[in-house]
Amino acid sequence: MSTPQSRIRNFSIVAHIDHGKSTLADRLIQLTGTVAERDMKEQMLDAMDIERERGITIKANTVRIDYPAKDGHTYVLNLIDTPGHVDFAYEVSRSMRAVEGSLLVVDATQGVEAQTLANVYTAIEADHEIVPVLNKIDLPASDPERVKTQIEDVIGIDASEAVEISAKTGLGIPDVLEAIVKRLPPPHGGDPDAPLKAMLVDSKYDQYLGVICIVRIVDGTLKKGDRIRMMKTGGTYDVDDVGIYRPAMTGVDSLGPGEIGYLNASIKQVRDTRVGDTITHERKPCDKALPGFKPSIPVVFCGLFPVDTSDFEDMRDAIEKLALNDASFSFEMETSAALGFGFRCGFLGLLHLEVIRDRIEREYNIELITTAPSVVYHVHMRDGSQHDLHNPADMPDMSKISHIEEPRIKATILVPDDYLGDVLKLCQDRRGLQMDLTYVGGRAMAVYDLPLNEVVFDFYDRLKSVTKGYASFDYEITGYREDNLVKMQVLVNDEPVDALSMMVHRDRAEMRGRAMCAKLKDLIPRQMFKIPIQAAIGGKVIARETLSAMRKDVTAKCYGGDATRKKKLLEKQKAGKKKMRQFGKVDIPQEAFISALKMDS
Amino acid sequence: MPVEPWQRGGFGLYVHWPFCEAKCPYCDFNSHVTASIDQRRWADALAAEVRRWAEVTPGRVLSSIFFGGGTPSLMTPETVDTVLRAAQDSWTWANDIEITLEANPRSVEAARFRGFAEAGVNRVSLGVQSLREGDLRRLGRLHDVDEARAAFDIARKTFDRVSFDLIYARQGQTREAWRDELSEALDMAADHLSLYQLTIEPGTAFWDRRQAGGLRGLPDEDLGADLFEMTQDICGAAGMPAYEVSNHTRPGAESRHNLVYWRSGDWVGVGPGAHGRVTMDGARRSNAGWLAPGKWLGAAEAGNGDESIEVLTDEDRDAEYLMMGLRLTEGLDVDGLGAVAKDPRFHRSIDELIAQDLLWARDESIGATARGRLLLNAVIAELMPD
Repeated sequence: MSTPQSRIRNFSIVAHIDHGKSTLADRLIQLTGTVAERDMKEQMLDAMDIERERGITIKANTVRIDYPAKDGHTYVLNLIDTPGHVDFAYEVSRSMRAVEGSLLVVDATQGVEAQTLANVYTAIEADHEIVPVLNKIDLPASDPERVKTQIEDVIGIDASEAVEISAKTGLGIPDVLEAIVKRLPPPHGGDPDAPLKAMLVDSKYDQYLGVICIVRIVDGTLKKGDRIRMMKTGGTYDVDDVGIYRPAMTGVDSLGPGEIGYLNASIKQVRDTRVGDTITHERKPCDKALPGFKPSIPVVFCGLFPVDTSDFEDMRDAIEKLALNDASFSFEMETSAALGFGFRCGFLGLLHLEVIRDRIEREYNIELITTAPSVVYHVHMRDGSQHDLHNPADMPDMSKISHIEEPRIKATILVPDDYLGDVLKLCQDRRGLQMDLTYVGGRAMAVYDLPLNEVVFDFYDRLKSVTKGYASFDYEITGYREDNLVKMQVLVNDEPVDALSMMVHRDRAEMRGRAMCAKLKDLIPRQMFKIPIQAAIGGKVIARETLSAMRKDVTAKCYGGDATRKKKLLEKQKAGKKKMRQFGKVDIPQEAFISALKMDS
Repeated sequence: MPVEPWQRGGFGLYVHWPFCEAKCPYCDFNSHVTASIDQRRWADALAAEVRRWAEVTPGRVLSSIFFGGGTPSLMTPETVDTVLRAAQDSWTWANDIEITLEANPRSVEAARFRGFAEAGVNRVSLGVQSLREGDLRRLGRLHDVDEARAAFDIARKTFDRVSFDLIYARQGQTREAWRDELSEALDMAADHLSLYQLTIEPGTAFWDRRQAGGLRGLPDEDLGADLFEMTQDICGAAGMPAYEVSNHTRPGAESRHNLVYWRSGDWVGVGPGAHGRVTMDGARRSNAGWLAPGKWLGAAEAGNGDESIEVLTDEDRDAEYLMMGLRLTEGLDVDGLGAVAKDPRFHRSIDELIAQDLLWARDESIGATARGRLLLNAVIAELMPD
């Protein structure tokens, strides 16, 4: 039994981290009695621990809310909670296409942030009606008028009728519900009798049910027992179940135009489903797929290795399980002379990398060594061929290379005036080219063209530290450009340490090499012999430090009664050594890798 | 069959006296400060433990006895005598048996030296620790320099052999200051010196003080290494080379009892927290007495003062043989090792350590070089079985 489209409102919430998106969603669910009071918990929609902990949404989630409006009718409100981070920009854009309107939530004490901008533009691109919502107006520091002006100046939408709320106290929540009904449009144009056309908004893996797809019906009707086809990936499946989230999964007979719900069709892995794909009936397909499908492509690569080499098989198992639920990261086995067996993994961005790494470490209890993140370089050979370089270790012989291109990004940074100087210097240090610089209400917006490889290390950490956390940052990849790029190797005791190889700009190589050698000198414990630490490009050493030999490590007193205890200490010393990685004769503790790759602190 | 280390390393008896008049801030030994001690009960309990061990080690020839602590010079000569008579009844004594007692260099205790000698003690080891007043106070010692020198002179006249201990690498100690102090010590003409670098051990007052940010001016690794090397040079030039990491003497005057430990001989350990290693029926057993004095005393009186006894595994035996033997300047015989010597990795490690000038090899022996002795823990860790 489908709901008439005029009584449906589909919307998403656009907000910066910490501006109150999840809390607002919680309040909407609570106020409409969708979930019994005793079952409420914080961040209802964020299922994974990591999502809850970091206050970010990684997978799209949806909830259906029944709302009896003041006009006497009961409306079905479908909220899609989208990932808010740039790494998942494509997923955000798909989710946005599945709804007709957005709530733009802005913290009235903070104002518009860079991430808000990116997502609100995505919403505008998707032709959304947008209702501005000012949150945290109960706080003394809130300044609704200034923030309204900022929304109008920066984003260019009318903020005069912004809804003022406090998601924390519940103030203004009924006004938000009314605004959704009155100001957001219903879905339009759907034909229940036309061939099925539904968008696959996202999918997730459930260990009992297999893959669950979140779908938005555009035309036609989806029922249990239907045989469906994924138009891009080509897979065909029998629908076992259709339903809606309230937010618990609740089965329904059918989903009609304008509705959002889930389908379960015994699909084995998320990889078989592609966000943005069009779902239709196998026997009576629609003639044209929905526009805008593109498969996600990893842009940041790094090696992940188990600290304890005997964990490799467990790690393979963990990665395969995670891949069931995440089609956007890629992995292949990698062997490193230094680190043993591991995986070269590709991610949508740095947050994505951190999330996957944290999940392997936390959910599967495997300690990992992460090698230097690398972007994908286009290596043009003299013979005219072109290779994608994912790993500096695979760099071909320099003499055969014609030139190398690297990915560039357009970075948008919003920062209070006071810190602008530091931000500009940071961007310049990272080979950035200024594209735009504007001021709005005490804040500057700097737009830079930057190489992605300068950002993947610790750009965001540095930005936060030079601006005491006040800057916000977002980026999109704009394309590739040729530059003078070289592979820098690090040699410890004359042995190259492959895990520390990296691609750098020639002009910055000496600086990076010196910093790396100095850092390693502090990180590697003194050993029984002196150790040269060098950075080199090709055969040429560009930086060098010497770690002097350990001089004294002897127990002063050791008599008969001490033997048992001292032996235990020596065993501990030996075990500590075994936890380190051996490079030739040198033992390097794994923390050294992670610390060495952070550029400055 | 080759002669095994336990057969050629000597056979000793260690007696632990756990009481002190005050706990020193650097000491992590099993020592306790108690108001009154029933010397008779302790003497009988120690003697009973000696007899218990004698029953399971018939026919052994005792080469040394060592009274350690704690402060064994707080024992009455009668207590020492009771224990020694028990040992004499139990085992055949070697003609040149060495009987050492650790003593504080104070006048109170020096008054007992005659009594100890009459009971059979023929060597004392004095805990002088420093020849500088300020440092003695910082180390929590109850004697001053003059008192220590006087006690040393009495000991010299009373016993055949006298050794004393010094602690160096102390707070704020310079190379020059240590050179002067060490020269004065060598001038005192002891026949044996134990020279220990100050080590801050967990469970001591110094440890807590350092954790709290105190105890400044301790030498860093480089200064510690310099002081050690200086010590080797000065003592060597004075005819008192090191025969072990921290022990110096003229050749022939080594502590025979301590050599038992370092050569992996057998020894019986009696007293609270005392450890022993005794080979019976081809198995090397490790035992340890109850740590708490009251607990031990009750257990010993009831027939057995040991908290534990276990047979060492081949790996443990090899590890101890390496750990103890490499402390000696003479090194160790590789044929005394078990399984570890059959592992090719062990021989590869030896070759590497020789190439790095950390070990030497001669005939069937290996030993630490001067450089290797300063890095002995790292060297042993390379050689120890996994």
